[in-house]
Amino acid sequence: MTVVTPPPDDSILRAEGLTKVYLMGEVEVHALRGVDCTFHRSEMIVLLGASGSGKSTLLNILGGLDVATSGRFWFRDQELTAADQKTLTRYRRRHVGFVFQFYNLIPSLTARENVALVTDIADDPMSPEAALELVGLGPRLDHFPAQLSGGEQQRVAIARAVAKRPELLLCDEPTGALDYRTGVLVLEVLQKINRELGTTTAIITHNAPIARLADRVITLADGRIVGEERPTEKADARELTW
Amino acid sequence: MKALDRKLLRDLRHLGGQILTIALVVACGVASFVALRGNYASLELARTTYYERYGFAAAFASLERAPRSLLADIEAIPGVARAEGRIVEGVLVPLEPGVRPISGRVVSVPPHGASLNRVDLRQGRLLEPGRNDEILLLEGFALARGIEPGHRLPIVLNGRRREMRVVGLVASPEYVFAVAPGDLAADPTRFAVMWMGEEAVAAAFAMEGAFNDVAVTLQPGASERAVLHELDLRLEPYGGLGAYPRARQPSNYMVSGELTQLRSMSSVVPAIFLAVAALLLNLVLSRLVLLQRGEIAALKALGYHSGEIGLHFAKLVVLIALAGAGLGAAAGAWLGAAMTELYQHYFKFPNLEFRFDLSSAIGSLLVTLLASGIGTFAAVRGVLRLAPAEAMQAPPPARYTRSWLDRLELGRLVGTAPQMVLRELRRRPLRTLLSSVAIASSVGLTVVGGFYYDATEELVRTQFFDVMREDVTVTLTGPRPERAVRELGHLPGVLRAEGRRELPVRFRAGHRFRDGVVIGYPEDAELRALRDKNGRAVSIPPGGLVLTDKLAELLGLEVGDRLTLELREGSRAHEEVTLSGLVDESFGLQGHMHLTALSQLVRQEPLVSSVLLQVDPAHSRELHRRLTDLPAVAAVGSRDELLQRFREQSAGMILVFTLIITFFAVTITFGVVYNNARVALSQRSRDLASLRVLGFTRAEVSAMLLGEMGVQVLLAIPLGLFFGRGLVWALGTTMDPETYRLPLLVTVRSYAFATLVTLIASLLSALVVRRKLDSLDLIAVLKTRE
Ligand SMILES: Nc1ncnc2c1ncn2[C@@H]1O[C@H](COP(=O)(O)OP(=O)(O)OP(=O)(O)O)[C@@H](O)[C@H]1O
Ligand SMILES: [Mg+2]
Repeated sequence: MTVVTPPPDDSILRAEGLTKVYLMGEVEVHALRGVDCTFHRSEMIVLLGASGSGKSTLLNILGGLDVATSGRFWFRDQELTAADQKTLTRYRRRHVGFVFQFYNLIPSLTARENVALVTDIADDPMSPEAALELVGLGPRLDHFPAQLSGGEQQRVAIARAVAKRPELLLCDEPTGALDYRTGVLVLEVLQKINRELGTTTAIITHNAPIARLADRVITLADGRIVGEERPTEKADARELTW
Repeated sequence: MKALDRKLLRDLRHLGGQILTIALVVACGVASFVALRGNYASLELARTTYYERYGFAAAFASLERAPRSLLADIEAIPGVARAEGRIVEGVLVPLEPGVRPISGRVVSVPPHGASLNRVDLRQGRLLEPGRNDEILLLEGFALARGIEPGHRLPIVLNGRRREMRVVGLVASPEYVFAVAPGDLAADPTRFAVMWMGEEAVAAAFAMEGAFNDVAVTLQPGASERAVLHELDLRLEPYGGLGAYPRARQPSNYMVSGELTQLRSMSSVVPAIFLAVAALLLNLVLSRLVLLQRGEIAALKALGYHSGEIGLHFAKLVVLIALAGAGLGAAAGAWLGAAMTELYQHYFKFPNLEFRFDLSSAIGSLLVTLLASGIGTFAAVRGVLRLAPAEAMQAPPPARYTRSWLDRLELGRLVGTAPQMVLRELRRRPLRTLLSSVAIASSVGLTVVGGFYYDATEELVRTQFFDVMREDVTVTLTGPRPERAVRELGHLPGVLRAEGRRELPVRFRAGHRFRDGVVIGYPEDAELRALRDKNGRAVSIPPGGLVLTDKLAELLGLEVGDRLTLELREGSRAHEEVTLSGLVDESFGLQGHMHLTALSQLVRQEPLVSSVLLQVDPAHSRELHRRLTDLPAVAAVGSRDELLQRFREQSAGMILVFTLIITFFAVTITFGVVYNNARVALSQRSRDLASLRVLGFTRAEVSAMLLGEMGVQVLLAIPLGLFFGRGLVWALGTTMDPETYRLPLLVTVRSYAFATLVTLIASLLSALVVRRKLDSLDLIAVLKTRE
């Protein structure tokens, strides 16, 4: 019998024994095989792991995009394990910001309008202009995604994710489609937001050097957490090379 | 404005052409509904209020002559509320000297005014009691002839010419559709109906204290059938010609026929359009949803509820439907008003005006929304049910499998492009089928457009060229001895004269009956050809009776069966006869016999009531002048003139109808082909761009895309021709078979026309898409990620 200990005060997200099994016809794919983890307030977390190790799956579940096969998880003191779609949507709407590898901007909306998409439905958002200013895109407000470079598009996506002042910012390979220089620019923005707004930030990456930005590095392999370390010295995004 | 709504507007603009074509299809559906339904409602309302207001009777009967005292007996029939006796007689109006007179009808008006079938005074004043030279004239005729109150009009009453003064122009519920008896087409210039003081009419026709026509109204809840039966019994001794209900009153009968057709058209035509619109919306929406899978997923990840996203797409559909419905309502109001104006030429309801029926417009909007909703629901539901994380991934590559078709190794024979087309079709068989069905419906509509032309031409060919071989028909004032035929035969220019007897009868078989005439022909008659439904000549057997096949069908008779002829003239006996043959006729319901046999049946010497003349054109004028002066002549009809009028009347209607229906059909074809091609283009632009990069030419790439549409169109055409034939048949069942019967015939010409229209519309839409395809930005397409 497990005794459920209430999360410590500064924990914002907590998971226990998360598993995820995909059924591909006859074959069962175990994407997660029992993951326990806790994200703390204002923490910067980097998730590392080989391709197929379950990073995206974990983040999707923690972000309320997907549902675990078994296990439990809490946002603050609200258990979301068995939450229905409506509750999960409300959770994402109020508390979570997503940044995807392929930006997923709405091509028919300008940068400003893409951010407005979120500020329209958030409780206490910053203005789209302020959010874009934060990512250094003040002068590109009225440009459509097709008129922006990959890095700029990703920064719009970040502005869109943070405009609602989320408690949680989940980024799945935010620099995956970007070259080194642009990647650094994007990471700088993420770091700035983590510092200035105190947003708990989780970043999935294949680039080990990025781990130097983290307060904590979590490594996954084959659906399990196999390592957790706290870098002794937190680097600045500008200093990174890979 | 919310960012999501802004996206909606941008999507709308991006889909411009597709939205326009769908909105147009919706507009056609709504327009046809508003126009047809509005005309139905307007005509129905005009009829009800007009009849009510002017006391249109519930039943009518004509007779030879009865004393006015009989009216009390008639009013005593259980169920009869009121009876009014009148004198109704044929007259001639020799408008211009030397030109044959116009046939007309005079109706007597009691000194204190009629209580039933009252006239509706349009101009001038009503009759003043005691002034025996005053008449009221039917407005339609007066306007067509430029006659105004105050004018004097020569009238031949019972062979005597009198000058009458027109004091008022009137309309009447009995003559809303005024067609002279025995005439095939309504012509306001050729039928003069007038109302005259009872005293004057009685004096002219020696009918003092008598009547020859009676109209009755019924008490609420009375049995019409029983009253008609009683009426027949009461009138029998006075030469009753058979009582008939309001439904069979000639003018009302025509109005009812039109109403029936309007009602069925107003449901079938809009239904076709709305179904096609639903199909197109489904096509476009499901593609849009698939294309925007990533965007929908992002919206969900950002915290939008499924309901909000569903609403977003619903708004798109509602906007299209609203735009279409708005346009359709406006077009329908215009079209409906134009139709009403046409109707005003035929149906003289002074109160007939097109009423834009808001409830029918709203009703059609609701139906449109429902249809669009059905079209959209399936498309949107699938994606909304996806978990946001799953929707994140691009749809997996479409699955293709090798089929038996591939195993035939057709590819080697036909090349790669056709093979790609075939695979694409096979992958979406339902879409191919539905698209073909939609195009087929437009082909079918076009066939119907052609049918009206074909049928009218065929009617003209058989009726005016095969059946009627005479040049002139002379109607006599009553049955006359055969000597009259010889007299007419001696007139200048007459090559051949044939007398006929038209004997009014009631055909009865068991409990079924119809009123009509039996026509008696001389043994050697040549001027009227009788044909069976296969076009073979039918000769009347000596002593036998031949019926219009439709009449036999209505009475449930077959050749060899017995039926009763209740004669309305001469002996007035009820005679049993055997049905000895059937003829196929376009107009009316009648029987045919030899004159001698008919005379024996009525127990009279051979009499004739009309004479057919074959005339040398050179003497035509002279002949008409001579005919004018003969007192025994009631009316003179010329085949050429009749034909010309028939053509004039039908040509305009048919042209308008064909144009509208062709436009409608083009809208559907264009909408389907264009939308299909655009959807296919957006779906496969990557493949096609890749092919272009690989070195395929524009033409080759277009062929791959448009080949698919080509196959759909080619499938649709035979299906549509078949469907059109079915529609024509269905339309035939809504037309009243008792006045005239349009041959249910579609010619090769119409099939070809429908095919051509479809091909041209398809080609045009293909060209538009081809231009899009040519301007495909290879780099942009390959760079963007779906
Ligand atoms: N929808 C799915 N259906 C079936 N299997 C899936 C699905 N999504 C993920 N998987 C499987 O689950 C496992 C974990 O996938 P996941 O996307 O979490 O890996 P990842 O660590 O993010 O890899 P990458 O670094 O390549 O993005 C993989 O083996 C993957 O094939
Ligand atoms: Mg991943």
